[in-house]
Amino acid sequence: MIPALPKTQLLAQCRKMLLVRHFEEALIGLHHEGRFRGHYHVYIGQEATGVPAISLLQPDDLLFSTHRNHGHILARGGDPGRLLAEILGRRDGYNRGKGGSFHTSPRELGFLQCSGVVGGILPLGTGAAYAAKSRASGQIAVCLFGDGALEEGAVPEAFNLASLWKLPVLYLCENNGKYGAGNAVGAMQSSTMAVYPLTDLPAAYKIPAVQVDGTDAAAVHEALNESIEAIRSGGGPRFIETLSVRWPGSETNWPVVKAPTAVDLAWDVSGIPEDVRAWYRDSDPVLRFMRELVESGQADKAELETLNRSVLDQINAAVDFAFDSPYPELSEAETDVFAENR
Amino acid sequence: MRQLAYHEAKLEALRELMEEDDRVYLIGGTFFSLSPHRLGFAAVEKAYPDRVAAPPISELGFCGLATGAAMAGLRPVVDLTTGSFLFEAWPQVCNEAANVLYMSGGQVRAPVVFHMLHGLRGGGAAQHSASPQAMLWNCPGLEIVLPSSPRDVKGLLKSAVASENPTVFIDHSGLFDTEGPVPEADHVPLGQADVKRAGADVTLIGTSLALHRALGVAEVLAREGIDVEVVDPRTLVPFDLDTVMASVEKTGRVVVVDETHQSCGVAAEIAARIVETGFDKLKGPIRRVATLDVPVPYSQPLEEHIGPSEGRITAAIRESIG
Ligand SMILES: Cc1ncc(C[n+]2csc(CCOP(=O)(O)OP(=O)(O)O)c2C)c(N)n1
Ligand SMILES: [Mg+2]
Repeated sequence: MIPALPKTQLLAQCRKMLLVRHFEEALIGLHHEGRFRGHYHVYIGQEATGVPAISLLQPDDLLFSTHRNHGHILARGGDPGRLLAEILGRRDGYNRGKGGSFHTSPRELGFLQCSGVVGGILPLGTGAAYAAKSRASGQIAVCLFGDGALEEGAVPEAFNLASLWKLPVLYLCENNGKYGAGNAVGAMQSSTMAVYPLTDLPAAYKIPAVQVDGTDAAAVHEALNESIEAIRSGGGPRFIETLSVRWPGSETNWPVVKAPTAVDLAWDVSGIPEDVRAWYRDSDPVLRFMRELVESGQADKAELETLNRSVLDQINAAVDFAFDSPYPELSEAETDVFAENR
Repeated sequence: MRQLAYHEAKLEALRELMEEDDRVYLIGGTFFSLSPHRLGFAAVEKAYPDRVAAPPISELGFCGLATGAAMAGLRPVVDLTTGSFLFEAWPQVCNEAANVLYMSGGQVRAPVVFHMLHGLRGGGAAQHSASPQAMLWNCPGLEIVLPSSPRDVKGLLKSAVASENPTVFIDHSGLFDTEGPVPEADHVPLGQADVKRAGADVTLIGTSLALHRALGVAEVLAREGIDVEVVDPRTLVPFDLDTVMASVEKTGRVVVVDETHQSCGVAAEIAARIVETGFDKLKGPIRRVATLDVPVPYSQPLEEHIGPSEGRITAAIRESIG
């Protein structure tokens, strides 16, 4: 379902979901053309989690993400040109080319760290919540991470601290392995947990935890809204697990786009290659959101087509911007090692 | 002699280890990270489903588990994939495995092997590019192995597993496709350096992938009449100072190239040992070509700039011969 929000906000969310989707599809294309090197992780399939969730945060809240951060940054209003410039290692990237895809972390948008260390952000986010609580700043900390993070020992330690000290932190666990790829050869690693549902782990530390459908924007909106309010009113940490089905394009470690996203696919998947068709029909959150917008009378297909075209234009401009940006000066390699004392 | 690619020799070692010793268990990744060669490992996994385990993302847990299993009689080989993830396992490796023999007064051994890929890998940035060998060299009790050739990766992997001590086996993905001779029946002991190229003017000591850069530079300089001897220690612990000093006595000039950071790095320790034992043999200062003392940047030109490049090795050699 779609969240109970005014049309302008719904269309804004739809636009962001399309922005994430087209950004990632363009990125995969650029990688296949050999226009940048290195490993990267796309957010395709999780758009209906990140977009509604992040839209509920305040501008001064403190965010932490992982290697799979592109969608979070764009959902938070990030500039796709600067995000891409970072992934290309260019000077105009958010981290001035020092971080790359795994670590793009725009401080101006409230991100304190996007860590490539699985599980690494949970203690950090808990610490940011400690600062917020200590200073009574009214901020909350939000950790956005994958199901695999729960396998790391740092995570239950963070849960224990947050629970004991009633810290204002939201743990948003995006479980993108609903039907689990497991550790199949050639496949992405995914969760291998003795604890299931995953919510049992935070619950053992007395952190209220719920599981929702991460492809259902309304369910995400409601769960987040309730949790954020509870956290802001001093209720301590909360945990939400969102479920989504892994996008078949990431079955291997190097993503492939077999069906570029288009508005009419929301109603007709017959043109999509058979081996991936079921995902677009049953599990694609962006197509689902567009379908629900039209079914609920909030938008018509023509409006969505216009929106989609404007997103594609924005992506094209972002690609030009990023490739026009130069590499940093070599002397930049030796800056930022230590902060200047003030 | 037969020629093998590095990845083939490494896989052959894993296969033979599994065949020859049923105490050997493989725990962790693919030993070839995300490279296409991981599919070769999949065959080993299939052949020994009960002795190959894919653990959760729990480096602290599974490195400790492997150490405990080694203490109780197995010969586990753990793959941490990227050297940076060793930091997740630090307490079990550096504070448990490294100390158990000594602290028990010699009663308990932990013959475990921790395998990982180190170094600048092309876009790994600060959190996926670590070369932890220098930090580990400051942890008495751990053996440290750094192969650079197909022959060495096979021989050293087998010696690491045969060793009675905890051994850190540090590989580099940049080596996988190199080719070289690999004898059928071979033994490469820990603690034996290898002169990879004989020369008379300068001793160039290099490890792992940096060794190949050293060899490349040596070939180029040979055309100018500069005769470089390239020495590969192959293992840091135990360290074969004799072979290194024999070369230093011959040349009197030393450049050490290595991918750890410059300060307290591998090159620093090697230079210190040479100076302590053979100061009088040196005709000038020892030069280090190491990674600059900065976290690893993502951007390609910056990453290339901070590493021990051919250009920096060449410059160091020219300075050294004056
Ligand atoms: C400490 C650590 N160990 C291993 C890895 C390698 N690694 C990168 S992504 C990944 C899987 C993470 O799964 P999950 O947390 O579910 O996130 P997803 O990629 O599914 O979004 C692993 C094991 C890592 N980055 N950090
Ligand atoms: Mg996952």
